[in-house]
Amino acid sequence: MNISFNWIDELAGLRGELRDPRVLAERVTMTAAAVEKIETVGAGLDGIVVSRVLETRPHPNADRLTLCKVDRGAGEALDVVCGAPVIATGGFYPHVAPGGELPGGFRIESRKIRGESSHGMLCSEAELELGRDKGGILRLADGLEPGTPLAAALGLPDTRLALDLNPNRVDLACHLGVAREVGGPPAPRDFGVPAWSAEWRDGESEVSGAGVTVRIEDLGRCSRYMAAVIRGVRVGPSPPWLAGRLLAVGARPISNVVDATNYVLHECNQPLHAFDLARLSGAEIRVRPAEAGEPLTTLDGQEHKLTRGQTVIADRDRAIALAGVMGGLDTEVTEDTVDLLIECASFDPAGVRRTRTGAGLSTDASYRFERGIDVHAQERALARCVELILATAGGEADVVGIRVGPAPTPVPPIDVRVSRVNQVLGFGLDGAAVRAALEPIGFETLSVPDGGDGASGAGDLLRVSVPGWRTDVAREIDLVEEVARRVGYDAAAGQDRRFRPSAVPADPRVEKAARVRELLTGRGLLEARSLSFMPEDYRGNRAVVSVPNPLSAEESCLRSAMVPVLLRRLEHNYARGNRNVRLFELGTVFGYAAGPGRKEDAAGIDRFEESGRVGAVVAGARRPDHWSGPGLDFDLWDLKEIAGSFADRLCGATLEPRDGAGAAAAEGRGASLAGPWLSRGGFRAVKDGRTVGVAGAVDGASVDAPPWAAPAFALEFDLAAVEGRPVPAYRKTSPFPAVRRDLSMTVPRGVPAADIERAAREATSDLLRDVRLFDVYSGEEIEGGRLGLAWTFRFRAPDRTLTDQDVEAEMSALSIALEKRFGARIRRS
Amino acid sequence: MTPAGASLLDRLAAIEGKGLAAIGEAADSAALESARVEYLGRNGQLADIMSLIGTVEPRARRDVGQRANAVKTVLRDALEARAGSLESATAGPRARIDLTLPARGRWVGGVHPVTRVIDEICEIFAELGFTSVLGPEIESTWYNFTALNIPLDHPAADMMDTFYLEKDVVLRTHTSPVQARVMEAFRPPVRVVVPGLAYRRDSFDPSHAPAFEQIEGLAVDEGVDFVEFRAAIEHFVHHFFGPGTKSRFRPSFYPFTEPSAEVDVSCTVCAGGSCSTCKRTGWITIMGSGMVDPAVFEAVGYDSERYTGYAFGMGPARIAMVRHGIPDMRLLYEGEMSFLQQFA
Repeated sequence: MNISFNWIDELAGLRGELRDPRVLAERVTMTAAAVEKIETVGAGLDGIVVSRVLETRPHPNADRLTLCKVDRGAGEALDVVCGAPVIATGGFYPHVAPGGELPGGFRIESRKIRGESSHGMLCSEAELELGRDKGGILRLADGLEPGTPLAAALGLPDTRLALDLNPNRVDLACHLGVAREVGGPPAPRDFGVPAWSAEWRDGESEVSGAGVTVRIEDLGRCSRYMAAVIRGVRVGPSPPWLAGRLLAVGARPISNVVDATNYVLHECNQPLHAFDLARLSGAEIRVRPAEAGEPLTTLDGQEHKLTRGQTVIADRDRAIALAGVMGGLDTEVTEDTVDLLIECASFDPAGVRRTRTGAGLSTDASYRFERGIDVHAQERALARCVELILATAGGEADVVGIRVGPAPTPVPPIDVRVSRVNQVLGFGLDGAAVRAALEPIGFETLSVPDGGDGASGAGDLLRVSVPGWRTDVAREIDLVEEVARRVGYDAAAGQDRRFRPSAVPADPRVEKAARVRELLTGRGLLEARSLSFMPEDYRGNRAVVSVPNPLSAEESCLRSAMVPVLLRRLEHNYARGNRNVRLFELGTVFGYAAGPGRKEDAAGIDRFEESGRVGAVVAGARRPDHWSGPGLDFDLWDLKEIAGSFADRLCGATLEPRDGAGAAAAEGRGASLAGPWLSRGGFRAVKDGRTVGVAGAVDGASVDAPPWAAPAFALEFDLAAVEGRPVPAYRKTSPFPAVRRDLSMTVPRGVPAADIERAAREATSDLLRDVRLFDVYSGEEIEGGRLGLAWTFRFRAPDRTLTDQDVEAEMSALSIALEKRFGARIRRS
Repeated sequence: MTPAGASLLDRLAAIEGKGLAAIGEAADSAALESARVEYLGRNGQLADIMSLIGTVEPRARRDVGQRANAVKTVLRDALEARAGSLESATAGPRARIDLTLPARGRWVGGVHPVTRVIDEICEIFAELGFTSVLGPEIESTWYNFTALNIPLDHPAADMMDTFYLEKDVVLRTHTSPVQARVMEAFRPPVRVVVPGLAYRRDSFDPSHAPAFEQIEGLAVDEGVDFVEFRAAIEHFVHHFFGPGTKSRFRPSFYPFTEPSAEVDVSCTVCAGGSCSTCKRTGWITIMGSGMVDPAVFEAVGYDSERYTGYAFGMGPARIAMVRHGIPDMRLLYEGEMSFLQQFA
């Protein structure tokens, strides 16, 4: 929202340091609305003066150029070649003389254009950096003195403050609103014409008067419609002070009549619209729902096909404006307009929102209607507009003013307790301080109901009236905020309070996630974060929950597993030439509560299931390259270590081969951990008979991998299976030496190493402390169908040094057991 | 000292002497290896002595053990030294290792920069008695809007901005619904921070993402006022951004807080309003906040006359961007190794 510093100054009579626009901006930011940008409007206009075009004729050698004789108030008239489509003889335009500069620094010299001399240039808004309009030369009002500096005429330079309004403070969208916040009661400009004292003609839904009929067909969409009629206006350029004000707030001056409506909008927030009365068929205004498919071309030239939900202003025959949004092209005020109907209405916020979104528009008017206008100040706003038109376009206002719809109900006062103000704020204010905060911005203390003396702070209760423009203030707490704002949020700085710690227990998932991060980062993995979306079918991963209003097909569903999302990140790394990838991510996956199908009897969010997951993917070198020799790539056994540590250390789960018995049964629940992206084989982590994690090689078809890519491995675990950090109990370490025995054996192929280890442990006493497989071999020296395994066993006693006899007894028991159970053949060396 | 102990000490002295001699005389690595086996091997002379220590009278055991270990160390050092000299002799005159060669590296893992921000925020608020809690990402319109004093016809509840899964089910547009959930489940004092993902129908661009991290804070108790609110936030600002960082509170609007405040901190990049991070204002907005609106207390069944509180919400991704000078939000979510490695 753009605010002109000069305009505020005119209204508020700024004093002291507030005369510095930066100080003013700071004040506004800290008490009302953030000033996002401060810029100067109309700088660099020094050499530019008002000029009068004395005569025009076509350029002999160019169709689109016009030769002008221009009086710039300095002796002889100058020849100027101009490229604008329309230049009026006798019209007034800005001129920059040869040797002068445009605000952008562009120097203008005399030169020949297609054989004709041109001395200086007539300027457009864009060339003067006053606006975006490049189309035509900025037309100034007639009757100015040629040679007058342009800036002075327009009341420039000015400082424009761009305000980022909070949605509840639409009252700050106008200059009166901002002026109230920074000064005393504002004093609006005197237009120098007698006040328009309307004889109001009122009606519940229809009024005829001033030669027109106005009817509201649906009071739910439009609670009030006021109109004034002015006849005999001369439409033309606005006086420079008015054009300058609009340029300063970034609006485009159009004509005195349209500019008057815009001026009043920016002054007091009431949107107004001027219709060309001669073009209203039946001299009739009807506010009604649009008919389905009804056509309307708005002022901006857009053609609309309307729907019933939208509201229009219509005349007897057709729609002529989008209610509260934008006027129609057919009834627009043009240079030929003589009689006007000025609309000053109050439209329903939700209805305006429907109307404008249906038309794909957002305008100054719709912005204000959607947030609420001051319905108690509409007569005043309409009168301001009538007076301004009379002052700038002449004509005569019909004394009859039209008012359709019920009068607005008075705003109820609010009781505010000083004690409540202090309970919420802690500022320690008394009643007088509360009043001093509220009264300068239009709140009035009506009475002190509990009999105390509000002025001295003795009474706790204050009854406060609410000004009509503060549609956001309805509750005591709203007034508490006003007090806080006006006293200043800084009043609370630098004080401490005692506090009690939370009675809410911490969510254990937070600590679990931290444990997961610790384990995986400790293994060289980096945490990724990706969006929770995925396409409906991504490389065989079918999403379960779709988003009905997605941003794109790529993001049409919520992810149902982590690994596929990470595989996309893997591909992204491949695309960047990264061969070595080690990523993990913690996140949520989504499904339906009762398995993949919909559960019809569950309602609302209970139908959905979301669960925490961790996924990881590794590919490429196990360690960074080193000059000492070729490095190895990650393989299944690296993955097994990561998955195994995860299962064991974080979940208390056991890692086992995934294709073992009962695998399918154990995995068949909810959004699945595994999917076609994992190759057959691999591992699953089992806890209490339930699969809580899977790990394995990534299926080649699931990743678009370049030829240089290494095999990829992935894991996915259910975060719910992660346990809190257990407190380990101390176990005595033995001070006595361990005895190591190595044992080579052959076993029939197919005997799982894990079974051998388990059997070895079972066959021995608790002196066996460690079992390690250090070689697996096959080859010529091994009989067919058998496999060689070499193990190290370590024995240790807590209380003594083991003797050879001790160890031999253990080894012998172990050997016998393995021979018996697996047909192991021990190799004796 | 008992005869057994004394004799073992004698034998150790002999082993030391003969062992050193054998090592010194070894002419090649094979000879050195056989010396090692003889004296230091698993069934070598020293091992024999070791196995006999148990037979020594307890009082002398310590001396013998210490002596045996000393001999072992002496022999091992001599063995190593001899091995080194044999090697350099075969490798030619003074072949020295270039110690400027690069070390053998290892992969360094790390958490995401946004995680780091979230963790630090939670830790700082933990000092003020806050616990960390979580809530669901799929949320009812009741918790996401209604309980937070946001009417369903409010622009914030619009289809344009919200992912609706069903009529009354949305992907939460903020972490604030957890405020209502926590207050329904617990009585004051409530002090929680709530990290989590939120969703809005923003297209993915340098400063927006349709799914983004948020961290919510809520403190409710008797006597919690704006003064405490401000002190808590200032504590956070000083600990997170540094003790010299200034903060300012300015008016804002949220349906679930009143008074509402936007919190800015002095620009950590330029400290004077000259950089693009702060858009040349000298201030960076880090959170939306305010005193909990009484309507929210009423929605969750708290006595709004008795309890007051404050709430705040921050975007850790944006804070991470400011902190590390990351120009484009999308970089955070690409999972590129060379990006993530910088913050490990």
